[in-house]
Amino acid sequence: MGAFGKLIRTTAFRLTLVYLFLFALFAASLLAFFVWNTRRLITEQITTTVNSEVSELNELYLRSGLGRLTWSVARRALRPGANLYLITAPNGVALEGGNISALAPGVMATTGWSETVYRRLDETDNVDHRALVKVTELSNGFRLLIGRDLEERRRLFGIVAKGTQWSVLVVIVLGICGGVFVSRRVLQRIDAMTGTAQRIMAGDLTGRLPVGRSGDELDRLAGNLNAMLERIEALMNGLKEVSDNIAHDLKTPLTRLRNRAEEALARSSSEADYRAALERTIEESDGLIRTFNALLMIARAESGQARGNMDDFDAAEVANGIYELYEPLAEDDGMTLTVKTAAAPLHGNRELISQALANLVENAIKYGKPAASAQPLGIKAAREIAIEARRDGDAVLLSVTDHGPGIPEADRKHAIERFVRLEASRTQPGSGLGLSLASAVATLHGGELRLGDARPGLVATLVLPALTGERLAAPAQDVPQKVA
Amino acid sequence: MVTELNPVTSSVNTSPNPSMRLLIVEDDRESADYLVKAFREVGHVADLASDGEEGLALADSGDYDVLVVDRMLPKRDGLSLIGTLREKGNRTPALILSALGQVDDRIKGLRAGGDDYLPKPYSFAELLARVEVLSRRHGGPAEETVYKVGDLELDRLSHRVVRGKEELTLQPREFRLLEYLMKHAGQVVTRTMLLENVWDYHFDPQTNVIDVHISRLRSKIDKGFDRPLLHTIRGAGYMIRDGIR
Repeated sequence: MGAFGKLIRTTAFRLTLVYLFLFALFAASLLAFFVWNTRRLITEQITTTVNSEVSELNELYLRSGLGRLTWSVARRALRPGANLYLITAPNGVALEGGNISALAPGVMATTGWSETVYRRLDETDNVDHRALVKVTELSNGFRLLIGRDLEERRRLFGIVAKGTQWSVLVVIVLGICGGVFVSRRVLQRIDAMTGTAQRIMAGDLTGRLPVGRSGDELDRLAGNLNAMLERIEALMNGLKEVSDNIAHDLKTPLTRLRNRAEEALARSSSEADYRAALERTIEESDGLIRTFNALLMIARAESGQARGNMDDFDAAEVANGIYELYEPLAEDDGMTLTVKTAAAPLHGNRELISQALANLVENAIKYGKPAASAQPLGIKAAREIAIEARRDGDAVLLSVTDHGPGIPEADRKHAIERFVRLEASRTQPGSGLGLSLASAVATLHGGELRLGDARPGLVATLVLPALTGERLAAPAQDVPQKVA
Repeated sequence: MVTELNPVTSSVNTSPNPSMRLLIVEDDRESADYLVKAFREVGHVADLASDGEEGLALADSGDYDVLVVDRMLPKRDGLSLIGTLREKGNRTPALILSALGQVDDRIKGLRAGGDDYLPKPYSFAELLARVEVLSRRHGGPAEETVYKVGDLELDRLSHRVVRGKEELTLQPREFRLLEYLMKHAGQVVTRTMLLENVWDYHFDPQTNVIDVHISRLRSKIDKGFDRPLLHTIRGAGYMIRDGIR
């Protein structure tokens, strides 16, 4: 009963019922129209025949007298399938020649059309039939009745009525069967989806909805839901990865912090010792806070929450701003920072893109120093870090190029992952989140972070969708365009 | 990296207006007590409110120089507290403390009427520097055309910088850096404050970019003069001041 109840509650089944009702109504009215018209046609035909016969016989009577009339009537009455005839005298007695043995009382009393029951002379079954008759007053008080049996019309009704019954029955049976079939099909698919959805809700995120091959609305829905599940799974995995990494990479410095505090408590004897230990503790916790902030920022960028704070600006301004901020630092480190910009308008979060570019520049300053071994480039060129902002078709490219050891192609994808610091850079300070953040920012804007080979060195490029519609911001004025 | 020209001024207890009256609205007892104690130690008077309603009542009735308001408070949150004060026409500078440190949260805080926003966790030196800068803004506008510290003069209209009789050539950004430092002469200015106010970035660089800019500026304004003006305050930031008294 439960399955049946579920079936009849489906939208498809309810729609079937509505259509069934409408269709039955339509069929019924069509039949009614047909019956009504046929009936009218039959009546019309009877009237015409009777009328012409009445005038014919009336004329005969006027011309040739009663004897001739009765003779003619008797002859007509004998024909197969004959009309009904009756002649009565002024006293109401029936004359010879008619073919009616009994009539409803009072029919002959009124002239004109009437419907009546009658019995035929030549029939012995004593069954009443119905007829449409016309009574005409002849001269001298004689009356003539001519009529037509209505059996045909009744039979037609019978056929139509029976036909209607059957056809309605067939329509209902077929309709319900069709409805059940369609509903079951839909229900099966929906049940399959519901089942999958429940498994997913129970925690199995790898489940996917079954997608048919027909490409109908349910398939499209299933396809879209699957895409949504894909995204949710990716986010969940990201979250899991983050918590794993947090557990691993934050616990290490926390342990260090704790050990140091313990050691200071146990061994320090002078105030200077305590002070040094405390200072290192503060330093270490600042590093932790920074790592934590970076992680939060990445999570935020990846979840798309930072989308609210976007406006139109020129990537060239960002490049110039970051150049201006880091140029002294690079110079202090024995590197040369250069900037080259062309108008590259885009829509995005300026703060985040600036930070992403800043991370790339910081990475280049930290890791982009040329190896001590032979360099194909001159020593000056090798120590150059180039920031470039330009537009390439529909994309805005913000790139940072160094001539350091670069990243081997096999390691590049790995390098973007959180907390990854390649072997060469383990000794350098940093959280290992710079590239991940830059990558998350690019993804947030619908772009990507590309790592390439600068032969030798690394070229890291933020590929972001350009602003279409050419609303160019004026390039920054107050930035010294020093190109070494 | 940074040459410590003046390593002596390690104490942050160099506040120019020691009698600042502060209201701290913070529901966490321990951090609140720590703040009150720390502010008192450097010579300020700090009152404490532990929920939003109490904070609003105190801020409304008392004459405070700066409000330090936690964003998430019982009974009435920090933003609503500040918004209500501003509606009443109370313009006491307010610094918002919050565990929500993202750019969007910061913008929301400033829109609600806050004057500065400091994400948790923060260092007390950073908080103190910001509170003192806010308080001065409240006390009287430092919007003179010419800033003077010792024999260093900066003309904000003609963009001329003169030390003694010698005219100095500064890059535009160096000029703005010096302008900000001189506007808050005698006050500690932290690296984050410089990054926010001079460069308008609100992220935290992993490197000592600001120190390098400062040392460049220092080499232009202090090099070759016997009285250094630009001082490094250890553990806090920088201060421009006419020598050590």
